[in-house]
Amino acid sequence: MCNSNLKETNEMELLFDASSENEGFSRVAVAAFMTGLNPTLEEVSDVKTAVSEAVTNAIIHGYGFVKQEEEVKNKIRLHCSTQGKNIRISVEDKGVGIEDVHKAMEPLFTTKPELERSGMGFAFMEAFMDEVQVYSVVGEGTRVVMEKTLGKDCE
Amino acid sequence: MEERKMIEGTFAVLDRHLMVKMPRELDHHNAGRIRERADYFLLMDNVDSIVFDFEDTVFMDSSGIGVIMGRYKKVSCFGGKVYAIHTNERIKKIIKMSGLQNIVEIMS
Repeated sequence: MCNSNLKETNEMELLFDASSENEGFSRVAVAAFMTGLNPTLEEVSDVKTAVSEAVTNAIIHGYGFVKQEEEVKNKIRLHCSTQGKNIRISVEDKGVGIEDVHKAMEPLFTTKPELERSGMGFAFMEAFMDEVQVYSVVGEGTRVVMEKTLGKDCE
Repeated sequence: MEERKMIEGTFAVLDRHLMVKMPRELDHHNAGRIRERADYFLLMDNVDSIVFDFEDTVFMDSSGIGVIMGRYKKVSCFGGKVYAIHTNERIKKIIKMSGLQNIVEIMS
């Protein structure tokens, strides 16, 4: 289970509407995609939670203030690639962007307390993945890139 | 003990406790519905405390934490308590990671 070929790679990309009903779909899609890596149940849960947080952020914060044009719907691009036991997930929106990424990533910080956002989104991504990077340009959008190496327990 | 029928399968008031059966997947998409209905019951009924039942829940993210925190703010004003029951290891971990173990009594 642990001696998978390090050179083995796989890749997939999804483009979907930024609507909350796609939160479930996107995390399940990633969970299905990563089954080839023989993950543990906990690893699958970790990745699903992280994906859910990133996608929810894109919907609520990325596109939360953007008026949705009837013809051009807001989209989220989710890209996944694996190499050996490593999975890399990128969640990208073309929303408002984040002014202060460092502050946005602080636990409990939220710009939307009225929506009862707990401010734990980035903290959960960081807790459940090995690495989280956020690239954001105000007015252009945000890209969250997360990585995790599976099978650490067997080393 | 006063007992009423479970309403729409997810909510019931039992002895001044609002019982909330949490959905299978508790994310941002489902959180709004739970929040609205729970608040309706908190207003309408003689409810002191709230019990979140995670028996059916296989997934929860930070949106679920938001639901618990928000309801805690409401019931704690009047001295009410928040309980979580039937929590699996994953739910417990997420509640603890969020620092909610001090405001939610976890009874498994």
